[in-house]
Amino acid sequence: MGWLRTIIDECVGLFVDDVRFAGAILSWVILAGVALPRLGLPGFMPAVVLFAGLLAILVEGAVHKARK
Amino acid sequence: MMTLDWGHAGPTVLAAFLASLVEFIEALTVVLAVGAVRGWKGALGGAGLALLVLLAIVVVLGPTLAAIPIDVVQLGVGTLLLLFGMRWLRKAILRAAGVIPLHDEAALFEKEVATLRGLARVTQGWDRVAVTTAFQITMVEGIEVVFIVIAMGAAGGGLLVPASLGAIAALVLVVALGLVLHRPVSSIPENTLKFTVGILLSSFGTFWIGEGAGLAWPGADWSLLGLVAGFLGVALATVSRCRVRHVVEGV
Repeated sequence: MGWLRTIIDECVGLFVDDVRFAGAILSWVILAGVALPRLGLPGFMPAVVLFAGLLAILVEGAVHKARK
Repeated sequence: MMTLDWGHAGPTVLAAFLASLVEFIEALTVVLAVGAVRGWKGALGGAGLALLVLLAIVVVLGPTLAAIPIDVVQLGVGTLLLLFGMRWLRKAILRAAGVIPLHDEAALFEKEVATLRGLARVTQGWDRVAVTTAFQITMVEGIEVVFIVIAMGAAGGGLLVPASLGAIAALVLVVALGLVLHRPVSSIPENTLKFTVGILLSSFGTFWIGEGAGLAWPGADWSLLGLVAGFLGVALATVSRCRVRHVVEGV
């Protein structure tokens, strides 16, 4: 059943290879999904804030890894 | 008869095609090694069996997801797609910056050949090592293709067929390359492909999360282009930043 274990590990690894990075994405998505629609920001601002947060996570995640 | 808006489906087909191309090339490397060392019967048998299992997963899961409300699917699948896409994109940025080494198909092929040569041979019947190795690598790489096809198909709203067509086109291309070359496809710029796919999947994931959460995007579907441009610009700038930081701190 070693192959089954490998496939299960691979399935989890599809989304998470760095818990810190995946955790940051997930936390931001949950926070943005819950808070942004309730903040009363005008027009497209909530979507722009969601996107800007994800870009910031990408940059920080890559730079942090490069520094290690 | 159902008609398809290819302007809407095109990006889905492209993303599924490119992502599948990367995965199938990685699987081809190992299947070629298995075929060359252990024989083609076991290599093709294992790979074929895995493809049938993967096809069954798409056939069962694809329509099931279509029965769930679209905003729930967009939130759930969008989040998974974002985790998947940003993981790929970050890794592609780090490879482009020289922080982690590039994927080397030729070296992987040689390593696999050496490992397989060291295992006991079977003279008649099915070679279990060959079947298992080919099955495992096709499943491992193919499960990523299945996820992308189902995610792109379901969250895009009835785009399972176009997404599947993109993946099948990639499979046909890789099989054809394997038949012609008989060696790993190492000349394809794999990291550039992963960079592109990471940007596309991250953009789709972001868009669908916004849609699922009820956020308004400027220009509706056209905002996908803006998301792609944003991810591309920031990713390229991050490559430069990581390269400088890596060189400076590595000295």
